[in-house]
Amino acid sequence: MTQDTAPAVRGLSRERIAERLARDLRDGYVVNLGVGIPLLVPRYIPPDTEVILHAENGVLGLGPRPAPQHEDPDLTDAGKQPVTLINGAAIVDSAMSFAIVRGGHLDVTVLGALQVSADGDLANWYVPGRSPAVGGAMDLVAGAREVWVVMEHVDRAGRPKLVERCTFPLTGRGVVTRVYTDLAVFHVTGGRLRLTECAPGIRPGAVRQRTAARYVEDL
Amino acid sequence: MEGPGVIDKFRADVLSVLAAVPSGASVAVGGFGSSGRPDTLLDALCDLDRRDLHLIVNNVGSDFTGVGRLLAEGRIRRLTASFPVLPEFYDEYFAGRVEFELVPQGTLAERLRAGGAGIAAFFTPSGAGTMLADGSFPLRYAADGTPAGYLPPREVRDFGGREHVLEYGIVADFGLVKAHQGDRKGNLRFRLSARNFNPLAGMAGRRTFAEVQQLVDTGELGPDDIHLPGVFVDDVLLAPAGPPTPDPP
Repeated sequence: MTQDTAPAVRGLSRERIAERLARDLRDGYVVNLGVGIPLLVPRYIPPDTEVILHAENGVLGLGPRPAPQHEDPDLTDAGKQPVTLINGAAIVDSAMSFAIVRGGHLDVTVLGALQVSADGDLANWYVPGRSPAVGGAMDLVAGAREVWVVMEHVDRAGRPKLVERCTFPLTGRGVVTRVYTDLAVFHVTGGRLRLTECAPGIRPGAVRQRTAARYVEDL
Repeated sequence: MEGPGVIDKFRADVLSVLAAVPSGASVAVGGFGSSGRPDTLLDALCDLDRRDLHLIVNNVGSDFTGVGRLLAEGRIRRLTASFPVLPEFYDEYFAGRVEFELVPQGTLAERLRAGGAGIAAFFTPSGAGTMLADGSFPLRYAADGTPAGYLPPREVRDFGGREHVLEYGIVADFGLVKAHQGDRKGNLRFRLSARNFNPLAGMAGRRTFAEVQQLVDTGELGPDDIHLPGVFVDDVLLAPAGPPTPDPP
């Protein structure tokens, strides 16, 4: 199942995937965002929805990036970039920060992925042969109430990233609850992958052609 | 400024204090990237020519300052970390010159907290079912690039139908921390997200050094405003804030 066998389709841009995911965030959610597409999510959170953003390095209540010359070297996010705080923000140490994570006090963690398996396994921390680093990924998937993966449906070579079994090293087993891609939205319930939505202009058959994991259609 | 009192942990000379750290020591270090990282203390270890160090720190960093300087000067024997970043660290690891104990970030924080709190070990779901828990992650490489040792497999236990792994508390020979303010009793107050791993590295050290940006009079830090009490801190050194060195995007 490569681009050679599957005719080209135009799915959502990275921004539109982030926008689609942001529509599912509920008022009052505490959310942790990973790097990549997840960092595009805040700009699409509806103005009438209050979401508290958490960063692993101990920030609850991240605000937008500071204006140039207003950066504070003592205030950064988990990507080590300058940030601001919202009113009502709190700062904690790293142990308390991960007590929030592991203790089930995060509603959602939004993460990128290398692969997601049919039963919700996630691989997103290590490509063998490259430089291993894990950060907080294993804690986030172990502790957050929901793990939402946001990713391109296929990799750069056109290979499906939704697979029957992950071939990359796992971040966690059976942890993913939703997957948002440029082509579709999937939910994982009871260890089974369900296709719940196709992106505008995308037929279910086009999703099927680019997905190597078993799933049920629940459109 | 009032007199020193009976307990006075302030020391003027960094090198004479850090001379207590021998080569081969284990050292827990605060900071997240360059944020809150005690560079004055780390530089002192370089200037004192200490080697074969086991550093417990979340990141190496993105350049050759701080922990990166220790790496560049070949002073690290083992790194316990969650996210090293610096490419040259991996060159050393794959060449068999530095051991790498890779730990999930939350597990690293809790291991330091536990060590400082007298908790020998704890069970956590983080990392269960992964190569960080099953004994397949290389701790060290041989010079020919083949794995020469692995992280030990974690003891696994089921709690409430979920797999948990046993992780050990970390007690380090020394703790190195950076605070915004400190007093002569060793009480520390951090600023914003520069707090991060600092209270935990301070707890985990059998002897802990704190570099503070401001030395304040005893009593100026109110009892409700102290993030790490002086009972965890042995020596306070003054290191005023220099120009910020932001991490690259």
